[in-house]
Amino acid sequence: MRMLPVLSRLAWRYLWRNHRRTLVMLSAISIGAWAMIFMTALTRGMVDQMVSDGISVLPGHVQLHNPDYLDDPSITNRVNLTDAELESRFADAGFAAWASRVRVPAVITSERESRGVTLLGIDPVAERDFSFVDYAEVEGRFLESAADNGVVIGAKLADTLETEVGKRIVLMSQDPDNEIADRGFRVVGLFHADMETYEETYAFIGKEAAQKMLRIGNTTTEVVFFGDDYRNVEPTYEKVIAEVDDSVRVSRWTEVDTYLGTMLGVMDGFVLIWFVVIFLALSFGLVNTLVMAVFERVREIGLMLALGMKPASILGQIILESMMLLSVGLLIGDTLAWLTVKPLESGIDISVVAEGMEMFGASSMLYPKLYMGDVVLSNVVVLVLGFLASLSPAWRASRYEPVEAITKV
Amino acid sequence: MMTAVRCVDICKTYRQGDQDIKALDHLSIDIEKGEFVCLMSPSGGGKTTLLNAIGGLDIPDSGEVWVAGQRIDEMSKGQLADLRLANVGFVFQAYNLIPVLTARENVEFVMQVQGVPANERSEKSLAILEEVGLKGLEDRRPAEMSGGQQQRVAVARAIVSRPELVLADEPTANLDSKTSGELMELFTELNEHHDTTFVIATHDQRVQRYAKRLVRMRDGRIVDDVEQHAA
Repeated sequence: MRMLPVLSRLAWRYLWRNHRRTLVMLSAISIGAWAMIFMTALTRGMVDQMVSDGISVLPGHVQLHNPDYLDDPSITNRVNLTDAELESRFADAGFAAWASRVRVPAVITSERESRGVTLLGIDPVAERDFSFVDYAEVEGRFLESAADNGVVIGAKLADTLETEVGKRIVLMSQDPDNEIADRGFRVVGLFHADMETYEETYAFIGKEAAQKMLRIGNTTTEVVFFGDDYRNVEPTYEKVIAEVDDSVRVSRWTEVDTYLGTMLGVMDGFVLIWFVVIFLALSFGLVNTLVMAVFERVREIGLMLALGMKPASILGQIILESMMLLSVGLLIGDTLAWLTVKPLESGIDISVVAEGMEMFGASSMLYPKLYMGDVVLSNVVVLVLGFLASLSPAWRASRYEPVEAITKV
Repeated sequence: MMTAVRCVDICKTYRQGDQDIKALDHLSIDIEKGEFVCLMSPSGGGKTTLLNAIGGLDIPDSGEVWVAGQRIDEMSKGQLADLRLANVGFVFQAYNLIPVLTARENVEFVMQVQGVPANERSEKSLAILEEVGLKGLEDRRPAEMSGGQQQRVAVARAIVSRPELVLADEPTANLDSKTSGELMELFTELNEHHDTTFVIATHDQRVQRYAKRLVRMRDGRIVDDVEQHAA
């Protein structure tokens, strides 16, 4: 530690001895750090939106089902708790939001076409927090209560069925006795979603109407819960577990939507690989800079050794030089990234490639997200790998024989 | 008297192309503490090699080198660095200074590595720079000074922490006669008042006049070793 001030002074001065080379290297590091963070912010934004859209398409953060429902999502695999029992257990348990619903596969038929859909019997008030549908933007109206007798379908599905608001359609599914359960509903609203798939897939009716049609009394097929952060659902999960027994299955959203859950994990790995790849490109420049910096001052290194500086201090000096270069580059890169990402957080319109993005479950607006964790990770990757990359030139510098180094021409 | 430097039967051979050059050939010498020794030889006579061996910068192929009572030819690099830091001041012929440091920082460098407190360093470095005639040039970098001024900074650095032994290789090579004289006066004063041992390799007749002992070398051997009354 005693040597730190003198080594820092030497490292900093030597860094600026050839300021043009240092500025070029600083630019490379800054742009590299900026690229790491900016691209990660874009990707994070995309994945966040996919996950958040995915979660808002009904999973919530935690779900409760009959233990067999996820394997066979039919009406026979209902939750064995009534609406009243659910209310008494969860109403005051402190969730950010929760709702129970009936969710079954069904067939929707107009006078011209039929399509398979997912039928959702919901309480629109409780469901507001979980829905990807903006109630106010619905063409016509959205459901008004759990007892509403209308149906709300996606605009795209309405096109396919050649139906419209005010017309009647028939919904058909199975009841618990495996008999056909069907009923006519009037289309009261058409919803629009960021992704056409949603518009084609879901049909909303009142929960009570669904319970009546399917002859399931006041039971439901799933209960969904929201906590505060989709990345940390454990507190919510524990709260639900505390209120139920083994007759139901409680799942985190990552277990319900394994695609999204896996994608989140893959994303973290991808970010790390991305950082390492960018650094590897940078490292050639860094090592070259250090090798040149050492080569230029072989005699001075010999002089310092002759004056009593230990080889370990020479090693430390070169590594410090590298760390200073990287730190300044990172500081500039981080600032640049912050300055470029922040204004874009309100959204970038990527509708030109929207169809391609939809394949991955992303919408036409991209909202870059700058996470402090990503900034820290990128900086740590650069500093740790930079440290390793500078070991070789630093080691070589520390191994010089003073008498040979001093007389080096 | 205590022995400051003892070399016993040291040999050093360099390979140059196909030829082996004997830089030191079974050389033995004792230098007592407080001596002012001048090593003289034609170019290639072995005086710089001997200085490097005494300073632990170069390890002889055989023989023993003792400095400050310690055998240094068997020491590790780290131990040699410690020995040089604590006991030896160096003045080289050229490339003496660290170019990114100012004159004062160059002088302070050894003391900083030694761990001398900042205010003491600053005090000593300003005093020694004044002593070598560089007052007012403390904040100049080597590139902003003449060769003579640079050499005086190097001398100031070598003596500022009052080492027991100062090894100087052609210290006056880049100095005019007036500055050479002043420098040698300074060496003499340090030698007489602080009992610092000086071993100087030089061709300069003016320097030889200040030495109390003249050691003439040829082909890596001592051919003449005489005491004289210094100027």
